[in-house]
Parts: sequence; structure tokens; C-alpha cells
Amino acid sequence: MIVQNMMQKNVVTIHESETIGTAIQLMLEKDIRNLPVIDKNGDFLGLVTDREVKDASPSIFHQNEHPEDFEKPVSSIMKQAIFSAHPFDIAEELSTIFYEHNVSCIPVLEETKLVGLVTEREMLHAFILLTGTHQPGSHLEVVVPNEAGELAKVASVLKDFHLNISSVLVYPSHNEREKIIVFRVGTMNPLPVIEHLIDNGYEVKWPPVPGERDEK
Amino acid sequence: MKNDSVFVYSPDLLGYKFSETHPFNQLRVQLAYELLRDSGCLNDDQIIKPRQATDEEIILIHDPGYVEAVKQAGQGQLNREIALNYGLGTEDTPIFPNMHEASSWIVGATLTAVDHVMEGKSKHALSLSGGLHHGFRGKASGFCIYNDSSIAIEYMKRKYNARVLYVDTDAHHGDGVQWAFYDDPDVCTLSIHETGRYLFPGTGSIHEKGAGKGYGFSFNVPVDAFTEDESFLECYEKSLWEVAEFFKPDVIITQNGVDAHYYDPLTHLSVTMKTYTEIPRIAKKVAEKYCGGRWIATGGGGYDIWRVVPRAWSYLWCVMNDQAPSGQIAENWLKRWTNEAKHPLPPTWEDESGIYKPIPRKDEITSKNRATLEKSLYSIKKSS
Repeated sequence: MIVQNMMQKNVVTIHESETIGTAIQLMLEKDIRNLPVIDKNGDFLGLVTDREVKDASPSIFHQNEHPEDFEKPVSSIMKQAIFSAHPFDIAEELSTIFYEHNVSCIPVLEETKLVGLVTEREMLHAFILLTGTHQPGSHLEVVVPNEAGELAKVASVLKDFHLNISSVLVYPSHNEREKIIVFRVGTMNPLPVIEHLIDNGYEVKWPPVPGERDEK
Repeated sequence: MKNDSVFVYSPDLLGYKFSETHPFNQLRVQLAYELLRDSGCLNDDQIIKPRQATDEEIILIHDPGYVEAVKQAGQGQLNREIALNYGLGTEDTPIFPNMHEASSWIVGATLTAVDHVMEGKSKHALSLSGGLHHGFRGKASGFCIYNDSSIAIEYMKRKYNARVLYVDTDAHHGDGVQWAFYDDPDVCTLSIHETGRYLFPGTGSIHEKGAGKGYGFSFNVPVDAFTEDESFLECYEKSLWEVAEFFKPDVIITQNGVDAHYYDPLTHLSVTMKTYTEIPRIAKKVAEKYCGGRWIATGGGGYDIWRVVPRAWSYLWCVMNDQAPSGQIAENWLKRWTNEAKHPLPPTWEDESGIYKPIPRKDEITSKNRATLEKSLYSIKKSS
């Protein structure tokens, strides 16, 4: 999946000369935690997150002191050196940035223009789509030898049973000589295909078939 | 009031048939009907005939384009690709002749049950052919074409201005009904099912709570695979009482799928007939306390049509009428079906003990289910 297809496109932004007070108000109103700052040409300048807002806000015990601080421009508190992405980057790259650098949001830029935003929420949604859990289906786990062509063999069995595959994930197994393939298939009755796989020597980790389904 | 309960039945309801080998087999409705007759638990004057639902009624929930597609499919006039887009012609919902008519009979049966109860002609009504809870607005899914439960709920809202509590104890999540009323605060859905981690349709997590104005009106209690009677009933009983107390419905409609039984081939729970004697008892008590008794029950899933469905659905009807059959199953019935049955028919209403081996992780499963139940009901606790 490329970033263009997973990012927020109608991003709420703020102009660099607006005040910190306006930024806080906007973030509360729109219920957002990340606010990109742009200049009059729409060029991306930096990011105000709830971290910056928190740093700039007084303690709750001194709420009314220095109200003039909220009149300062947002550009005075925005974070500038940050990770950005291009619309053609892929989802996996972004997930690495989120994981390794502990950021909450990545702006998407075309040259200097802001064209989108990916937050943890969009990132998670991309994974939901990858796992196929947004469509009704059954979950099937098959253990295969760690060799070329195994996925194709199992997939062709699913084809013979006219089962539409919503998603496929390949997990590493504890045993290096095996892999676990997880299919999400669009059927309420995966039994016939499971029985066929077992008859052909595959280990189906889940679901168990009747008769053998007492928990081991 | 002539009868406390009515049983909606006619052979027209048996036309919903995908193929000879499809796991969804309405012969089970006939089997339950005959078992009740043979046991002397169902009289002529308790049976009412269903009607066919009209198109106007079906489009209370379904997309008109979808209804048109189902009609064409049933006449063999729907192109394969278009059909697949509507979920028709798949392994789960194959196309069969006159599928629209067969499905409208089922919707009409549930609406007949609804009218009888809402017009005060009886307190309870049973529509065993219904409970097709996976049907979506514009898509067939999980053996279901038209969602009679959703249509019945919308119908009760409009015609009788009723607040409806939908309770689903099928082993599969009642997704079609949940999504149809996800943002509606006048309809509350409660589904207790095997976790969707592996099982179809995959949804029904505790975090699905409703949306917008309907937030807090969807409840899900997904239980672990291998859950047994005690834990299943604990989840059911506690959630039903608390949700009913919170929502204060005018009427209860239950989906009585019986595929959580240990024998059911499609699911992985380990409940027995004990669960299917208790489920309707509690539903009846709750309806009595909150809804002046108004309770409509439908069938649903159930894929061991010999050993499980006839007994469990017959028992449901008996509970509606304060009967509690036990001991030997009617001899005539056993004799008539023994040769056709795929498994030896159980000779008694109760399951024998030891139909499955003890579950090693029983305590763990029970405590996990208890935690799930607490989380699922958390929003009620918070607001009270």
C-alpha cells in the first residue's frame, strides 16, 4: 500500500503567524493532536503536537499567569526537524519510522507542499486492511515447509474450492524449517477445504476439525 | 388472549434451500415441528400461517438494487460478476431458483410473529425459519440473503414506535443486525458468540459499542473457543439482565441460533442442551419483567440438524409455554428419522454426560470470559 492511499487528505493546518492560543483552540475544536504549520504559499514549515502545546502551557496551578504567552506565534513553538514522507512511499517504511523513532505523526510532502498526514490512526487502519478483518470471513492457519512455492500450492487448493481470499499473512514459525500462512477467506464454512488440506498432508493449526477438536 | 404463544409455520418456509450438500438445511425446521407434534407439545390452534413479505417491507433494510438482483438471480438472469458483487453465487450463498420468493416467506414469517405479539394477540411468538442475522443492506453473507431480524426490528420501530432489544446467542456474531442499527439509540443489540479471532465473520469485539447517537447501544460478549455451559450461561444471563435494565426495551427479539453446541461442525464451543434449556427461560423472565412479556424468538444457525437443532428448538417452544420436556424423545419421531439421520439420534431430551472430553483449560477460559463480560458491560457501570 502506498502512502497516498492511506493518508488523511483534508488536513487541518494553521498559518505560521497565528497565535499559540488559536492553535490550542483549533486542536480542541477539531479533536486533533497534530497540527501542521504552513506559510502563505502552503509550504510546510513545521508541526505543533500536543507535546509542544503542553510545554508552552502554564501549570494548572498557575493558569492565569502570563496570558501574553498565548499571543506568541505558533512558529515560535513548532517542531521543525521532523520525519516526512512522500505520497509514493510505502506503508511498511512508515511503520518503521513510527516504531523506531517513536513519533505520533508523519507529514506527507510533495517537494515543499503539504499534501497529507499519516498519524498512528491511519497506520493502524492500513494494517486492519492488510489483515482483511474489515470483511466477514473465517481465519485459517496452515503450517507449510519453508520452501519456494508452498503458498501457491495452498492458494490453488482454495481456488479449487472457489474461496475468495480477503488477505494472506505469512508468519515466521518457531521452527525455522516451517512457516505459518494465515488466510482470511470469505466463507462461513471452511470445513471442506480444511479436510482436504489435512488429507494432503498439511498441518492446519486452526480451526480444528470435528472429531479432532477436543483441545490438546 | 387466546394463546400465550404462537408458532409460525407452513411448508412454504422450507423452500430456502441452497443445495443438497449445503450445511444450511431448513429440514431442521420441519424436524423440530414434527418433534413437537409427536411430543404433544404443539396444538393446531397454536400454529399460525406466515405471509410473504412485500418489497416495501424488505427495503426497510435492504437496498432496492440488491432486492432486484436477488429476484433476477432466482430467475437465472443475473450475470455472474454482478451477482458476486452482491455476495450471490458464492460458496456460502449459492443462487437457487426462486430465491427471492423463498427468502420473502422467511421475512414474512418473522413479521407475522411480530404483528401477533405487537397487536397483543399473544405474548410470545416463534419464527424458527428466521434469524438470518448475517444479511447486509446490499450483500448476502454467511448463508443469509434477507435479514429478517433487521427488517422486523425496523418494522417494529416504524409501525409500533417500539424500543427494541435484540439478543443473539448464535455462535457467530450477529453482524448484519448490529451494523444495521449501529448508530440508532432506539435499538439495542446484544450478541454473545465465539470470539471472531478465528471464526466467521471475525467481528463482534467488545470495542464495537455503536456510533454517533447509537454509541453505547451495541454490546458484544465474545467468548473463547471451548467455552462450556456454565461460563456461556454466566455471560448470557448477566449481560442480558444488565442490558435490559439499562435499555428498558418495549419488546425483545431473540436470535436462537443453536450452533454453539459441542456437536456443531462449524464452531468450536462446548455447550450442551443445558444451555438451550436455560437461554429461553431467562429471555422469558426478562421479557416478563421489562416488556409485559412481549418476546419474539427466531431460529438462526444450527448445523447439526439431527442431534442438536430439533431438540434445542423444540425446547425453546416448550419454554414459551411453560413446559419442560425431559426423558425419552417421542418414539414415532425417532423411528421416522433414524434411517435418514447422519448420526445416531440422541434418545433423550438431555445430552448424556461425557459427550466430550474434559477441557483442560476450563478455569482459564472461564476467567477470560468473565473479564470479557466485565469489559463489555463497562459502559453501563460507568453511567449508572
